[in-house]
This record gives sequence, structure tokens and C-alpha cells, in this order.
Amino acid sequence: MRNWRWGLIGIVFLAFVIRTEAWKFSKAQHEHTERISGSAGDVLEDDPVGRLKVFVYELPSKYNKKILQKDPRCLTHMFAAEIYMHRFLLSSPVRTLNPEEADWFYTPVYTTCDLTPNGLPLPFKSPRMMRSAIQLISSNWPYWNRTEGADHFFIVPHDFGACFHYQEEKAIERGILPLLQRATLVQTFGQRNHVCLKDGSITIPPYAPPQKMQAHLIPPNTPRSIFVYFRGLFYDVGNDPEGGYYARGARASVWENFKDNPLFDISTEHPTTYYEDMQRAIFCLCPLGWAPWSPRLVEAVIFGCIPVIIADDIVLPFADAIPWEEIGVFVAEKDVPKLDTILTSIPTEVILRKQRLLANPSMKQAMLFPQPAQSRDAFHQILNGLARKLPHDRSTFLKPGEKILNWTAGPVGDLKPW
Amino acid sequence: MKLTALQQQSRRSNSFRGSSPLDSSMDGAIKSPVTIFWLVLHGLCCLISLVLGFRFSRLVFFLLFSNTSNTMTSTNLYSTSSFGNPSEPLAFQSTLGAVTSTSTSLPAMNFTTTAASGTSSSRVVVGRHGILIRPWPHPNPAEVMMAHRLIERVQREQRMQYGVKNPRAVIAITPTYVRTFQTLHLTGVMHSLMNVPYDLVWIVVEAGAVTNETASLLAKSGLTTIHVEYGKKMPILWEDRHKLEAKMRLHALRLVREKKLDGIVIFADDSNMHSMELFDEIQNVNQFGAVSVGILAHSGGDGEDETAVAQKEEEKNSGLPVQGPACNSSNHLVGWQTFNSATFMERSARYVGDRAIVLPRKMEWAGFVLNSRLVWRDAEDKPEWVRDLDEVAADEEDVESPLSFVKDASVVEPLGSCGRKVMIWWLRVEARADSKFPAGWVINPPLDVTVPAKRTPWPDAPPELPLPAGEKAVVLQEIAEKQATKTHSPRKRRSKRKHAIRTIDERVSTRHAGEN
Repeated sequence: MRNWRWGLIGIVFLAFVIRTEAWKFSKAQHEHTERISGSAGDVLEDDPVGRLKVFVYELPSKYNKKILQKDPRCLTHMFAAEIYMHRFLLSSPVRTLNPEEADWFYTPVYTTCDLTPNGLPLPFKSPRMMRSAIQLISSNWPYWNRTEGADHFFIVPHDFGACFHYQEEKAIERGILPLLQRATLVQTFGQRNHVCLKDGSITIPPYAPPQKMQAHLIPPNTPRSIFVYFRGLFYDVGNDPEGGYYARGARASVWENFKDNPLFDISTEHPTTYYEDMQRAIFCLCPLGWAPWSPRLVEAVIFGCIPVIIADDIVLPFADAIPWEEIGVFVAEKDVPKLDTILTSIPTEVILRKQRLLANPSMKQAMLFPQPAQSRDAFHQILNGLARKLPHDRSTFLKPGEKILNWTAGPVGDLKPW
Repeated sequence: MKLTALQQQSRRSNSFRGSSPLDSSMDGAIKSPVTIFWLVLHGLCCLISLVLGFRFSRLVFFLLFSNTSNTMTSTNLYSTSSFGNPSEPLAFQSTLGAVTSTSTSLPAMNFTTTAASGTSSSRVVVGRHGILIRPWPHPNPAEVMMAHRLIERVQREQRMQYGVKNPRAVIAITPTYVRTFQTLHLTGVMHSLMNVPYDLVWIVVEAGAVTNETASLLAKSGLTTIHVEYGKKMPILWEDRHKLEAKMRLHALRLVREKKLDGIVIFADDSNMHSMELFDEIQNVNQFGAVSVGILAHSGGDGEDETAVAQKEEEKNSGLPVQGPACNSSNHLVGWQTFNSATFMERSARYVGDRAIVLPRKMEWAGFVLNSRLVWRDAEDKPEWVRDLDEVAADEEDVESPLSFVKDASVVEPLGSCGRKVMIWWLRVEARADSKFPAGWVINPPLDVTVPAKRTPWPDAPPELPLPAGEKAVVLQEIAEKQATKTHSPRKRRSKRKHAIRTIDERVSTRHAGEN
């Protein structure tokens, strides 16, 4: 009996010691960074390998390689995610060469690579290109007709996603390409209750060159002395001379209210120290422009600057995996004149917590598209998002003979062959 | 992305294919009544817009079509507020421009309302929004203060995370004495120490007696100071001065031992310059560390032959003006780098204030930092290589550098990336020992009559009659004309003036006597 008692005491003592050690360990971790868990749980660190299989269609090179050869600038602009995703999938372990066992089907068509001399993509041929690609895969493989695209995904990183137009009114008018109605869209555009964002889409960050950003890192003990930082246009004089159209007047409002406020370091200049300045700032403004998303969000996250998002109803990248409410500050467009009051009334503890969350390396990794791909980067988050949608429900697979898509819907110009 | 924003702007203007109806208004070659009517209306709108300063027609269309949809009314309010804003120069320019584009935007706006309402109730409306500007768009001082406090807190957090963990207190030892340049030097050290982000104790040892001069200077710092005296007066020869300073520093170390002060001891001479990084770097010291000191051997003399000689010296003296630890490639201490003062020997200063180059000793005290526990009487973990304070003081008449405290020089830790980074500079600039300066640098009593120079315009002006400016000029001119003539009033004034000068002289001389 006495041995028993001693044994019990020993076990209790051990348990106590272990608990305190564990508590100390977790506390040490909390000093620098904090774990990120969004509405889907702690999913930023999931590994998609083994959870899904992707089949990559072999399209003729006129849909991808030839376009890239014609204009290699597509590799560095902010829509380059479509090209890098293709390259990643070709050599990823989730790729399968057997389409019968695939959960998802990927069509490598570079719709955002028709660039003007200035480097901006023209979306006028994209609907025809997409349609022609879909016609090809539906006629050469049976998998499209099996589900009418419900287990296919497409990467459409352009301004308004699959609406294929840069002007919002025209994009809304066109709506999402009818043939893509059942497919999963991976796009940068995200705005709630908007025609161009359909349910089940995966929002991704725009492409930002990782090496360029790494090259401009400064030591982390450089004190953050700028309160609010922003560089960019406030008025788009070329396309919207009177103001009020561009950014729904929000950027102009920021300028008019805070141009002489010493806390706000805002201007339209293009300094060479742009990245370094962001690392010396506490808040970085990320207002909408012609579209609600911008690479500024990615840059702010990489450089540890709290993003102040001024875009009503925006859907941010990987919104189910990343708790953006806890990381960034959301300001309604009508509250822009009170921006200084809002920012200075945030409690200090909240700001420090946001900075700790931003310092988490998994947060920064999730926003990047590095080459070659690293674990937990944006490619893997896209795959995680696709894996979370599995298994496909019964409506995915159509009964034989059932047809839902209307192949002749849409503007007449889209029906011309590409 | 900054480029793409610009490009985006230009692109959208290039491929503005959506606006087709622009052409329709251009071919108004046929003068039908309708076109004339539209032209007249256009002209009228232009005139009204010119007068009002914004595009009048837009407002009309807005008001007309705002009845068609609910969503437009909310934006209606905002848009009118923006039109009333006078700081919109763009509005004026655009009225002269394409007014015809109203016709294009109108169907677009109409369209968007129907499109927006047609789909799943989007609260965000596409179209023209007003630019919201608050009535007083200037910073609120209370908010600015809040923001600065936030910034300070964030920086403190940054320092805690990326800076030094467990910072130790700094004990600065400064020997000083009252002289002309004392305020200059001591203020410099004081400001450097005030900016140190760690706990600080400043031990100021004063040669001679504790004076109010020094005390009042130290009181301004707000630092924890220990102000002690060291009986002897500061000598005039540099040799003797160096020796006395060493003794004063030993005296301060004895104080550290008595009070059992815990921290890092740094010898902050009052004419040296310290950088803030030095204080961060010395936190890394374990027991006994050495930093590189930049030697600014300063020559106070002027003359053309000086510069020629200096150039020749530069060529001869290929060494660096640095004193400190020297390391090999694997960052181990192998020796010491000293300042080659051989070339300056002939012209070196002998006494304080002679205008020649003041040379440092072989290794200056300022280049060493030590853990205060090394001087404590009985600390448990005192290493064996450290000699006792009293022992060292008794042994050597002149302790040249703290290296005397260590039996084996190899235990010294080189700081500042192994002595490669210079964070402290040694300089000795002094005025002559007999130079005068007002006590506390306050001219007391204030001089109300100055001794006139030779060419002053009013040598005989009476100080006690305050005449208005115009009259004074007249009086002065008269006086100037009558210089030679001897009248009653000038004589009286002249004697008064002489009396005034005499009293000033007396006062000045008494002050000199009181200073020493």
C-alpha cells in the first residue's frame, strides 16, 4: 500500500512538472508570434499532399506556352499566378496521370497574357480563348461532360475574375462566363454580393515577386516610426478627371482629409525605398482602386505593416483560412474622414497582437508564390482550399443525358472561335 | 505594382472602346432645328457651369434620374456635398471638355442601377460617388499625442523582442573639473547619457571641491547622479592631468565597491563622444570588455606651414587613428591596436590649453568596460584573473589603463564586431587654464551700459534721458557738429560717462577675483 501511495504522489508530481514545462514552452512561443486559425480552423499549416489528386489536361501549346513565348512579361506582372500554378502542378505530388482517380481537373489556359505595350492585359479575347479551351476538353475527354465542369477548376486572376473585363460596369454586365457556371474559380477578385464572385470560389492574393521583396528586407529592430503609410494614386486623372469614380471616391477622400496630417505619410511619388518604408510603418493603407484587391495587401503582410483595408464588402485571400479581422483593420468607405480617430483609438494591446500575428512566418508564406514552391505557400493554400471542398456532393455528377450549361449564352462576340 | 497603376491608367484611356456614342455627336454637319436646339442647350449649360464652377449638367441628370432607384439617393447626398467643395479644380476644366460624354455616362449610370438591382442586392453601388471631406480636415492634437504614444509603445515592444534581453544597468564614471570648456564637454556627455534606454547611474568625480557649477549642470540631466569630490586640484600639465584622472577613476571604482552598485562600468570622459550603439553593444560584455576608440588628435593651431607638415605626417603615419583590440580572422583577440603618436611627439601639447596636439596615452580608459562585480570586495563568482582594486592602486603610482586589473590580457572580450566598429571617439579640446568665463554662463549683473567703441555715432549721449527716436537723431547731429566746442552739458555728461566706465571696470575685476 505504501508503494502505491508513493507511486501516486510521484505521478502527480511528474504531471505537475510536465504541465508547467508545457505552459512555459507555449508562453515562450507566444512572445514573438501567434498561431493563426481562421474559420476553417488551424488550416494554414495543412499539407494537401495525399488529400486530393489533380489531373492536368494537356492542351496544345497555343493556349499556354506560345502565349508566354510571345510576351514573357506575363511572368512578372501581378497576374502571373496562373502561369506559376501550372508549373507547380506539373511537378507536384498531387498530380496524377490517371484521370479516373482525379478529384479535380485543371485546364492550363493563360487568359491574362494578352498585354498592351504598357504591360496591362486586354481581356477582350479571353472569353473566346476560355470557350475554345473548354470546347477542346469537352470533346477530347469525357470528364467535362460528366459533370459539366463541377469538378474542374480554373485560374482567372484578372481584375474582375471570370467576368473578363477591367471596367466594373461592363464586367457586371457580362457576368461570369456562362460555361464556367459550375466550375470552381480561383481568382484574385473578391467582393460580397457581386456578380463576378460566385459561391465556392477561392480567393488568392495577387502575384508579388518574392525575391524582390526579400532583397529589400531591413533588420527587424529598426524602429517603426511612420504611423500611416501609403504610396499610390488618389485621383486617376486620365480616366476619371472629376474624381468620384475611381475607388468610389475613397482614395480622394483620404487625400483631401489627411494631406497635411503629419501622422499620414501619403503621396503619389514612387520612391526607391518603398519596401523599406513599409517596414518602418505601423499601418499601411490598402484602399480599393478600380478593383477592390491590390498587391499592397501582400506587401503589407510580408513587411509586418498592419493593413488598413478600405473596400466595402471585400473578400480577402483565403478568407476561410486566415482571420483577416484579427490581422487587419477594416474601415468602411464612409468612415474614411474619421480614419485618424479610428486608428488612434485602437487599444495598444490589439495593435501589438496584430503585429504578432503578422510576424508569424506561416502568414507570410501563405501570401507568396515562390519558385520553386515551398511548403505552406500560396500554391499549397489553393490546394488546401480545393481539398476542403472534397468530397464532391451528389449534384456534381450529372445523370446521363442531363444538360445544364447553355453553350450559346453570352454576348455574340464570345461565340466566335479563337 | 506602382508602374502597373500608372499603366493601368493609361491603358484604360487607350482602349476606351466602350464609349462609342462619342462619334454620334461629332457629325453635326446638318443644321437641323434639333441640332441647333442641342447646341444652344449645350452652350447654355457651359455658361452656367463656367459661372458655378462645376459641371452643372451632371447635377441636373442626377437629380432627374435619382427618382428611378432607391440606391441612387444615398449617393445623391454625397455628390452634392462634393460639388460644393471649392478645392476641386478638375471640375472646372472638365466642363470645357467633353460635355458630350454626359450622354454616354448617363445610359451607363442608368444601366448600372438596373444591373445592380437586378442581381443579388449589392449594397455597394457602381458609379459616381462623392468625395467625403469632413468640415475641419486637420489633425487633432489629442489624437496626434495618442498616435505618438502608440508609436512609442510599438518601438518599446520591438526593442524587447529584437533588442537586448535582460538589459543591465550602466554605471558611467566621469572625472571632471571646473574650467571654461567644462559646460561644453559635460553637456555633450549628459545628453548622450540621457538618451541611453537602460538604467543609468552617473558617477561624477570632481577635482578640487564639489562646486555649484557642476552641481547645477548635473541637476538639469534628471539622471541618477553621484557627485563626489577628489581633494586635489587639476594640474596644468597634460602628463599630470592624465595621472590625476586615473586616480579619480579609481576613487569612483572604490565608490562602486562600497555601494555595491551592480551593472556595467563604462568610463565616459567628459570630452569624449559616445554613440548610442555603444551602449547597446556593451550589454554583451561578460566580465571585462574592450572597444575600439577613435582618436581625434586635434591641433588647435593655425598657419599655412601647419597644413604642409600635416600632409607629410599623413603620408608617414599609415596607421589608423584607433585604439582598441585587434583580432585575427577567427575573431579571437590577438593583440592591441594603438595610435601611432610618434610623428606627433615633437609638437605635442605639454600643458592644458597650449595650441598643440593633445596625444592620448597608449591605451585610454575609455576603451574598456567592466562588470561592476569585478571590483566588489567579495563576490562569489569573481574570476581568478582579476586583481583587487586596492592592490592595484597601491602597486602602481600611475594606473595607465584598466588592463592593470587583469593578470592575463587574453581574457579581455573584444566588442563591436571584434573591434572593427568604432563607437566612441577620444578628443581633448581645452582653453587655456587661466581663461575666464561667466559663472554658470550667466552674465550677471546684466550690463546696462556698454563701453563705447571708437566710431560709435553718439559718444556723448546721456543714458538717463530717453528721447524719442527723431529727436535723438537731431540732438546727436547737433552734438557731432559741436564736438570741438566746449559747452556746459557735454562736460557734465563726459564726466558721468567716465564714472560709469570706472564702475564697470571695478565690477569686472571683482568678478575675476571671486572666480578663482
